[in-house]
Amino acid sequence: MRLELRESVPWWLSLAAPIMAIALSLLLASLLIIWAGESIIDAFRMMAIGAFGSTFALTETLSRAIPLTLTGLAAAIAFRARFYNIGAEGQLYCGALAATLVGTGLMDLNAFWMIPLLFVAGALAGGCALLLPWYLKTRLSVDEVVTTLLLNFVILLLVSYALEGPLRDPMSMGWPQAAPIIDAGVLPALVPRTRLHAGLYVALAAAIVLWLLLRFSVFGFSVKALGLNSNAARHAGIPATRTLFWVAMLSGALAGAAGVSEVAGLKGYLTLDLSPGFGYTGIAVAMLANLHPLGVVLSATFLAGISVGADSMGRALGVPSYIADIMVASAVLSVLIGLMLSRYRVRR
Amino acid sequence: MESLSVNPASADIASGDSVAPILSISGITKRFGSLAANQNISLSLHTGEIVALLGENGAGKTTLMNILFGHYRADSGTIEAFGEPLEQHSPEDALKRGIGMVHQHFTLADNLSVLDNIMLGTESLWQPFSRRSVARKRLQQIMQDAGLNVNIDSPVRDLTVGERQRVEILKALYRNVRILILDEPTAVLTPQEVDDLFVLLRSMASRGLAIIIISHKLHEVLAISDRVVVLRGGEVVGNAETATVDRNQLAEMIVGRAVERPCVEARPAGEEILALRAVTVRDRATHRIILSNIDLQVRSHEIVGVAGVSGNGQAVLASVLSGLCTPDEGEFLLQGETLKKPSPRLLTSKGLARIPEDRHTDGVVSEMSLWENLLLDELGQEPVWRMGMVLDRRTARQQACQLIDEYDVRCHNEEQPVGLLSGGNMQKLILARNLARDPDVILANQPTRGLDEGAIATVHSLLIDARNRGAGILLITEDLDELLRLSDRVVVMHDGHMSESLPGAGLTPRELGLRMSGAFDNNAT
Repeated sequence: MRLELRESVPWWLSLAAPIMAIALSLLLASLLIIWAGESIIDAFRMMAIGAFGSTFALTETLSRAIPLTLTGLAAAIAFRARFYNIGAEGQLYCGALAATLVGTGLMDLNAFWMIPLLFVAGALAGGCALLLPWYLKTRLSVDEVVTTLLLNFVILLLVSYALEGPLRDPMSMGWPQAAPIIDAGVLPALVPRTRLHAGLYVALAAAIVLWLLLRFSVFGFSVKALGLNSNAARHAGIPATRTLFWVAMLSGALAGAAGVSEVAGLKGYLTLDLSPGFGYTGIAVAMLANLHPLGVVLSATFLAGISVGADSMGRALGVPSYIADIMVASAVLSVLIGLMLSRYRVRR
Repeated sequence: MESLSVNPASADIASGDSVAPILSISGITKRFGSLAANQNISLSLHTGEIVALLGENGAGKTTLMNILFGHYRADSGTIEAFGEPLEQHSPEDALKRGIGMVHQHFTLADNLSVLDNIMLGTESLWQPFSRRSVARKRLQQIMQDAGLNVNIDSPVRDLTVGERQRVEILKALYRNVRILILDEPTAVLTPQEVDDLFVLLRSMASRGLAIIIISHKLHEVLAISDRVVVLRGGEVVGNAETATVDRNQLAEMIVGRAVERPCVEARPAGEEILALRAVTVRDRATHRIILSNIDLQVRSHEIVGVAGVSGNGQAVLASVLSGLCTPDEGEFLLQGETLKKPSPRLLTSKGLARIPEDRHTDGVVSEMSLWENLLLDELGQEPVWRMGMVLDRRTARQQACQLIDEYDVRCHNEEQPVGLLSGGNMQKLILARNLARDPDVILANQPTRGLDEGAIATVHSLLIDARNRGAGILLITEDLDELLRLSDRVVVMHDGHMSESLPGAGLTPRELGLRMSGAFDNNAT
């Protein structure tokens, strides 16, 4: 058995892959629900209502989709260039840390300046977190998977140190948390009395800008060529080291922005449980979207819906909400298989 | 045990139809979808016979061999080896029946000795110890019988390419192969090594081995084979005694029409456009000198051929000239200007075009479409990139369609991924990308490797046209016929050194061959 490149991929086939993936993950989840002794229909109904069934549910899902979109974009741009950045989690915390440093009283600006400043600081911090892996990869060909992954723990320990020591809020009664972001830096709520905040616009704008960049710019073309065949790209004169530098900066910046939006939009202050693994889930988001920036928005919303929905299903029916993790994992696995089948033909 | 003396009498018997063939393939048909890769192919092979299997890429040679070895099943037709049918067989079965193959790319473990390489896979995993002394004796006997000599204790990494090939042949003989198939056996050899190989093949054939040679090189086929079988479009279009055909007839059979490789007409060269002065490059890791004190000059209106057995510094020379490797010492001049730190992009902008040695890995991005591949060299150029930044996809496609027409790249459309093109069309695409901007210097590294006769003629005439328009071309090639036909001047590389340049006219392969083995090179060991 071998695989052959298809001459062209019909549009319905490229849509079939994610749909098949979702169907398969629902099927697997159904088996688990039956095992847990509940009715599948009830369970999925509760899940859908919990994720999209009310204004509250919808805003919860969307606000969870914000960081997932940003980390998903971070993974998408990096993976397209074959720069396997597994460290979005750490870069997210770097962004959050920078926002905390800048936004808790260092300076007092109005919201018009303060919010962009927080994002710029966070994006810079996230990008800088990738400088070392980029340098090691391009100069000494050290595998970036290892360096970015391990840096996550280094950064998390750094944040932990900062929260126990220099950055601990004196008013926190001993909890390891930082002082709250000043009012001018807090992202405005989009729907009153919900947690949905203006980070949504940032995430959407980032997705659109990234899509335009990849599709129409010299940079996007270089990233594509470099990712698909770095030898040919280098031979043709595409500067690999420089292009990868911008890929790393952009990827880290997007993950950093996720951190800023969580601190300044959702939580209001930095804690060690700011992210329940958004950086890692971002990889799944990007994979499910086949690394397409606009697809990332959809897949982030879908995955956010599953986890929010599974929580409420868990509360209502007593089916463990870990089922969400299984659904996400199986969806990613099956989308990878589906994408391969849509691009290649299987021959005997 | 005695693989070569299966039928001692057979050496005396002429391979006529009166004797039953030891391998007969009859009526083999194999379809892939709508494509008939093999259509009613019949072929027979007698003891002691050397048959050359000729054909363009895609003519069905590989498919036929894959069927013979059981990688594919034929849709219809039968194979009979040594009087017994061979069907539903696996590659192991074919080997057990005495059919062996030496591939173009050797399958040897560099770090193991010759003996170990040959024994690899022949012993049962259940026996507690390896029976090396038995194997050694048997191998020595085989070498003696075949008149083939290799130091069986030296590690494979220390062997020359010619010796490695002999190890591959030994490997087949050790497995009692009586039908030996050689895929492009001369591709990596010097003319002298080719002669040695042919002497060896003749002597093995006279001892009863039947040999099939798959080859592109017509003069070699004519020199070694008893019979030629020509495939075209999946069918046998020619089956003749070698003595009764000549080179042009063969070429015509292969392509289906008369082809003549173009020749250059002598003309005076112009001014110097590219030069290397005392360029030395050291290996980054070992600091060994891999390019030593190279002086090279390419002028406009001339083709300078670089001859040499592969691995003698041509690859490094090419990467210096494409800007991928900066020389440790010496000067690199382009259009009279010394380049301190040349990069591929800078060189492109200064009028250098390059055809990389390996088109699949270095020439194209196979998963990208034709039109995207045509853009690779000049990102950010108007009019495809508006204001030098924004990709105008429609203009890019239109421009691609024009180039595809102009250079006759056969494809479905410009959106098709390049990986699906044949080798010849892929090379035409690379040439289109490089020649469209009318370069002043062209670095052509093995521009016709693996191409069929028709495509070779196209590539040659494109290069000659560019030269006649005023470009200077550096042609690195292992195909001596190509080198002598195209080059105004020839330099030879050996062990990182380069010879003085020789005028191309009147040079013979024999003279070149001597230099390729280092006769000019005082520092050679």
